[in-house]
Amino acid sequence: MPILSVNKLTKSFGGLTAVSNVNMELEQGELVGLIGPNGAGKTTLFNLLTGVYVPSSGTITLTKDGKSKPIHGLKPYTICKEGLARTFQNIRLFKDLTVLDNVRIAMNQNVKYGLASSFFHLPSHRKEEEKLLHDAIELLKIFKLDHKKDELAKNLPYGEQRHLEIARALATKPILLLLDEPAAGMNPAETAELTELIGWIREKFNLTILLIEHDMSLVMKICERIYVLDYGVVIANGTPEEIKNNKRVIEAYLGEEISNV
Amino acid sequence: MEQFLQQIVNGISLGSIYALIALGYTMVYGIIKLINFAHSDVYMLGAFVGYFCMTTLRLNFFLSLLASMAFCTVLGVVIEKVAYKPLRNSTRIAALITAIGVSLFLQYTTMAITGPDVRSYPAMSGFLAQSVSLGSIRITMQQIIILAVTIVLMVVLQFIVKKTRIGRAMRAVSLDQDAAELMGININATISFTFALGSALAGAAGILVGVYYNSINPLMGTLPGLKAFVAAVFGGIGLIPGAMIGGYFIGIVEVLVSGYGNSMYRDAVVFAILILILIIKPAGLLGKNVREKV
Repeated sequence: MPILSVNKLTKSFGGLTAVSNVNMELEQGELVGLIGPNGAGKTTLFNLLTGVYVPSSGTITLTKDGKSKPIHGLKPYTICKEGLARTFQNIRLFKDLTVLDNVRIAMNQNVKYGLASSFFHLPSHRKEEEKLLHDAIELLKIFKLDHKKDELAKNLPYGEQRHLEIARALATKPILLLLDEPAAGMNPAETAELTELIGWIREKFNLTILLIEHDMSLVMKICERIYVLDYGVVIANGTPEEIKNNKRVIEAYLGEEISNV
Repeated sequence: MEQFLQQIVNGISLGSIYALIALGYTMVYGIIKLINFAHSDVYMLGAFVGYFCMTTLRLNFFLSLLASMAFCTVLGVVIEKVAYKPLRNSTRIAALITAIGVSLFLQYTTMAITGPDVRSYPAMSGFLAQSVSLGSIRITMQQIIILAVTIVLMVVLQFIVKKTRIGRAMRAVSLDQDAAELMGININATISFTFALGSALAGAAGILVGVYYNSINPLMGTLPGLKAFVAAVFGGIGLIPGAMIGGYFIGIVEVLVSGYGNSMYRDAVVFAILILILIIKPAGLLGKNVREKV
């Protein structure tokens, strides 16, 4: 049973159909790439999956612990609780908060204590806060950010901000992670390191990952399957080998005229 | 010198009240970038609920304080849900005009119910009516209670904002609402909670003013509300420590102007401070001036 199944998903803005009749299935543990030319609707699709936009039609079903649940039309914070987390194309950290608080905020939903117990400083408050701190630091260690936990997020170098975004997304305890251009703006060495990191967190956290990326070295290296989007329509779906040789994909990227020559 | 110290004591009492009101302005501004003009009338209603509890219900001061804080908490949340939430995605000016409307609505509804007369709070009795003398400086028990209640509330507020999960959610929402929601934070609940906190503080300020100045009326919120707003801007709007510092500063300045200058000028001086701060440091004392990048 697929962990995520998208059925005939469509989103129109006025006369423009940004995502049209998209079908997509992700199996548990898969690492799938989503590519396409600029403006193809990749980020719109992410926004539909995470609840930022409400679909015009179609369904999105998430399967967690063997139970399927439609998530289209739910609020973003509810979808996040259902186990879907994301990063952003343009970094959207809480810039004026510390690295540690960025991660702790994302863990908020898993905290058990209520307001009353924090008011009276009951042991349940202290215990949960200590556990939270411990978990947050463990997570930061994975990304080698634990020694910078008290720095403000905006003062981190670019590459580390990208890492912190992934750490923050993981802090929500997702089963499905959506990465929106994780390697944007990175040099080849950083991209290579990130490629390894993505593969590693998938094993470690038992995740399914869907990623948008323009860096083909990353996509072709780690994705087991690739969806290609063009003008809001899925034009191809297959292994990296198949996609590389797909005529429609080449046309979409290079233009029809050239492939006709 | 003694007169000066006495004025400072009085200024701290007044400043505590401004600070409590300013905190509500600043928290709401911090989270949804709205100047909630109805806030000063929540404070006024806090004073009236306190009056009702102490006269009709004959509750003691502390129970009345809790009752008026509870009432204002609910009122603040209701105002947000009814008046501001439907406008969350419209222009800021629409929400601002709505806030002025809510403010007038509260003032004149109160006037319709209670009449426009000035009412006097019941006189304090027992230890609340006593005062302490330090040399020639006289500190009334009411002033001590105002300061104590304010400090306790500020400590609780700081704890909530810095150390609890709802406080972290508030800070996250104030920085980036969309990202916060995608990290699993319920935006509506967080905004409601912010209004609840700010309104509870305003309710406390209302009853403290009633006890201190002994007279309340349905339009009493306007001027202290504006001054608290000046205090919030002075400290840097959106910043909690800024509202505290601003509140005490404005309170002390006002009392000193009345004491040494001419009490006719005390309001003018406060608003002159607003003009000066907007010219010299528009982001406020603790705010950072953000230069627009071209």
